[in-house]
Amino acid sequence: MTDPANDSHPTGTFTVKRGLAEMLRGGVIMDVVDAGQAKVAEDAGAVAVMALERVPADIRRDGGVARMSDPALIEGIKAAVTVPVMAKARIGHFAEAQVLAALGVDYIDESEVLTPADEAHHIDKWAYTVPFVCGATNLGEALRRISEGAALIRSKGEAGTGNIVEAVRHLRSILGDIRRVTEADSAELYGWAKDLAAPIGLVQEIAETGRLPVPLFCAGGIATPADASLVMQLGAEAVFVGSGIFKSGNPSAMARAIVEATAHFADADLVAKVSTGLGQAMAGQEIGTLGVHLAERGW
Amino acid sequence: MTVGVLALQGDVREHAAALADLGETVRPVLRPDDLSGLRGLVLPGGESTTLSLLLESSGLFEPLGEALRRGLPVFGTCAGMILLADRVLDGRADQRRFGVIDLTIRRNGYGRQVASFECDVEVAGLGADPLHAVFIRAPVVEESGPGVEVLATLPGPAGQPDHRRPVVCRQGPVLVTAFHPELTGDRRLHQFFVEMTKEERR
Repeated sequence: MTDPANDSHPTGTFTVKRGLAEMLRGGVIMDVVDAGQAKVAEDAGAVAVMALERVPADIRRDGGVARMSDPALIEGIKAAVTVPVMAKARIGHFAEAQVLAALGVDYIDESEVLTPADEAHHIDKWAYTVPFVCGATNLGEALRRISEGAALIRSKGEAGTGNIVEAVRHLRSILGDIRRVTEADSAELYGWAKDLAAPIGLVQEIAETGRLPVPLFCAGGIATPADASLVMQLGAEAVFVGSGIFKSGNPSAMARAIVEATAHFADADLVAKVSTGLGQAMAGQEIGTLGVHLAERGW
Repeated sequence: MTVGVLALQGDVREHAAALADLGETVRPVLRPDDLSGLRGLVLPGGESTTLSLLLESSGLFEPLGEALRRGLPVFGTCAGMILLADRVLDGRADQRRFGVIDLTIRRNGYGRQVASFECDVEVAGLGADPLHAVFIRAPVVEESGPGVEVLATLPGPAGQPDHRRPVVCRQGPVLVTAFHPELTGDRRLHQFFVEMTKEERR
C-alpha cells in the first residue's frame, strides 16, 4: 500500500522513525501471539501490539530457542488491527529483521526475550527504513543502541516474571545517570563517554537536553495498573506489557485497566478504581529463583 | 487565559513546548474540570483508537464535544484531525469522534510506517517560505466539504497528480493538519492557531 506519490519524499528518516515512538507516548504496547489476542489488545486501547512467537512467561517455562514469529501470524495480526504492529527479531539476527521489514511491520524490537543470534554484534539499524526499538539496562547500553540506529529505547526489566524490580532498577539507572551527566562539566563528559562506552556526541547531547535523544519506555515485569503508574512516575514515557495481560485471570479487563492507569498515572484515585476487582494478576517469580536472566543478553 | 493540550496520550510535550514558546500559558487536559476557562485546545498526535477510548472513560467526550459545538477553537494534528472529522473510513466501528469539520478521512491513508515521510508544504497565509512537514502513518483527506478552507495540499497519488490532497484545513474555529507541525521547530502553524483563539473571542 506504499503510495507511489511519496517516492519523491524521503522515508525512513530518523525524524519519522523517532516520530512514531513519540506518538506512542502515554500508551501501552501489548505482546500478542495471534490475531485474536491482537483484537483484545486493540479493543482495550493498546497504542500498538507486539507480535512474538510466545509470551515471555511461556518462553521461560518451556525453554528452547525463541525466534521471530511465523509470518502468517504477523500477517494475521496486521489484518486484524488498525494500530501499529511491532514484531521481535533476535539480537543480531539481521535476516529476521529483513523478513519483518519485508512483511511491512511498523517497528522491529531487537529483543533479548528471544534467543540471541550473535554474541558480539547487534543489528546495524541504520540500514533499514523500518524503525527499531532496543532494550537497555543502563545508560551506556541505551546510547550504544541509539548509535546503532535504534529510534526508541525500553528498559529490559526481567521479562516473563511479573516482577517489576528489574525494570525499576534499569529505569533508575538510566534516568539517574542522565541527571548526573547534566551536572558534569565539559571535560568530565569525556570521562562519562569512556565509562559508559558510548559516543561522546550522544553524551554531550544528553548533557545539553537532559534526556535521551529518543523516547524511553518501560518493559519487563509490568503485571498490574499500579506497576504501570510506578514506572510512569519514575519517568518512563510509555509501557510495554508482555505476559502481564494474557497470563492474568481476565486479560481484557487487565489490559483496559493498565491503559487507563498509564494515561492517568499520577491520579491515585483513578489507579485505585481501575485496580479494583480485576481478578488474578499473573503469577510472579522472584528474580533470585530464575535460571535464565534475559536482561543479561545483549551488551 | 489558557490554551489546553489534551494530555491523555500522544506527543503532548511537543505541543505544550510550541505553545509555551509563543508565550501562552498551557494546561494539560486529563479530566472534565480541566476544560473550564480554556481559550483554545490542541488535540495532539497519538493513536486515535486509544484516544477515543480514553476520552470516553475519562468523562471528557461529552463536555468537550459540547464545548467544540459552542465554538471552542481547536487544533488537531494527525490523530487529532481524525477525532475532529465528520467521516472516517477504515476506522473502527466503535471509534468516537467529534464531527466538527466537514472532512472525509482515511486513516493511515499514505500507508504503514515504512511509507511515513517528510516534505515541504506551502501553507496559504503563512508567507512564502514553505513549512517542513513530518507525516507519520498519516491520515488522508479524501473529501472536504464546501465550508472547509483548504490551506495546503500535496499532489495526488500516482496517475492522478491533479487529485491534490488537503493536508491543512480550517472550518471556522477548527484547524487540522495531517502532519505534525509540533515535531519541527517552526512555530508558524501554532502561531496561526493562537491568533484564531483570539479572533474567536471577539
